[in-house]
Amino acid sequence: MNFTNFGRYLLLLKAVFRRPEKLKIYIRELVKQMNYIGVGSLGLISIISTFIGAVMTLQIAFQLVSDFIPKTIIGSVNRDSSILELSPTISAIVLAGKIGSAISSEIGTMRVTEQIDALEIMGINAPGYLILPKIISGITMVPLLVIISMFLSITGGYIGGTLSGAVSPAEYMQGITTDFNPYTIVVALVKAFVFGFVITSVPAYEGFYVKGGAVEVSQASTRAVVVSCISILACDYIVTQLLL
Amino acid sequence: MIEIRDINKSFDNNQVLKGISSKFESGVTNLIIGGSGSGKTTLLKCMVGLHQPDSGSVLYDDRDFTPMTFEERIEIRKEIGMLFQGSALFDSQTVEENIMFPLNMFTDQSLAEKRDRVDFCLERVNLQGKNKLFPAELSGGMKKRVGIARAIAMNPKYLFCDEPNSGLDPKTSIVIDELIKEITEEYNTTTIVVTHDMNSVMGIGDYILFLYEGKKFWEGSNKEIAHTDIEELNDFVFASRFMKAAKAKF
Repeated sequence: MNFTNFGRYLLLLKAVFRRPEKLKIYIRELVKQMNYIGVGSLGLISIISTFIGAVMTLQIAFQLVSDFIPKTIIGSVNRDSSILELSPTISAIVLAGKIGSAISSEIGTMRVTEQIDALEIMGINAPGYLILPKIISGITMVPLLVIISMFLSITGGYIGGTLSGAVSPAEYMQGITTDFNPYTIVVALVKAFVFGFVITSVPAYEGFYVKGGAVEVSQASTRAVVVSCISILACDYIVTQLLL
Repeated sequence: MIEIRDINKSFDNNQVLKGISSKFESGVTNLIIGGSGSGKTTLLKCMVGLHQPDSGSVLYDDRDFTPMTFEERIEIRKEIGMLFQGSALFDSQTVEENIMFPLNMFTDQSLAEKRDRVDFCLERVNLQGKNKLFPAELSGGMKKRVGIARAIAMNPKYLFCDEPNSGLDPKTSIVIDELIKEITEEYNTTTIVVTHDMNSVMGIGDYILFLYEGKKFWEGSNKEIAHTDIEELNDFVFASRFMKAAKAKF
């Protein structure tokens, strides 16, 4: 995103946060978006998190084969990796693909079929009506999905570790409960909040300024996912640097 | 009444509109005509605020729309209805929800009142009972009629139509034209139609503004248009074989 685009992105955000014309309509739209972003992504996030937790356990066990290192470490490393990095970041990147492309295509199609013009002529703040519910859904539902992802990733580690015999249930349980720092949860939730904002606002921006037809909408959708993923990784670094 | 004064608009050093001024009266069908690239859609978009003119002003009953902020424009926009070239119906909403949308946003009517208004608007465009259909289930002509129903839902004082007949067969085009004319006379709206359809020009053009290369080239009525000796206008009006034949008989 160059500086012109970044400036336009900020101006769009300013328009997004104008006072809603009718709160009731926005709330109805918000519930719809929360259902789509939150409930609609639950299955995907559950499957991915469980497998990532299981694979992480096996890889940690593989790398820490030593008589000097207790096997309880497997549980604690998996716990901290899942909470601090894998659950927020991998979930956000997956959601950027699923939700980001959908948001960009939806708004982009509305733009090229003049539906956004129709909203503006009616006197409706189109950025607010179309984007605000999506951003609020993103910043509320992504942290919830990340909490579920953390739980499932650690559970997946337990299942993968015990089924393969890489770690015993008792050792794994001891590992995940030893030296737990609750602050890691705070860091993960801050990340999830930021990522939720990024994966809804960036694709919305890409879709909102589409010009042309079907090809441009698909290009905007691709660009939305790419820019969202890069922004997620950049924000991940910045938040980690600031909070840890 | 809508008045435009000295409207200029450029895109990347390409001046599309060059000092256009005109007045569009209420209760009559005002047409903006011209060839492709003459600037008629750009002029319409400047009038409704989708484009900001580089200079000049647009006055809605003496209220200067051009310098207004988004918030200040809302009151005027509530009085505007617009039919888009592609109808611009909201895909995810039914016909009823589309027509009800501006009512939901700007009125405190009860659901029953809003449903009554939707039924009235649908009856007005001869689409009774189509409330629960989605835009994807409608034909091109039906979409245009739903677009008109949505445009009149808020009892607009100003009605804009961008190429209302594009993509429609001649018979459906006449139905749409007549509907626009009837609504204009019935509600005394200031109606502005952008078109290059000569059937519309001859059928409903009470006042016609002809644009040529971004300039106002001619204005008059459909009765006068056949008798001009302006070459550019004649080239446009009598471009089709049918119109040439009609002129020869005339």
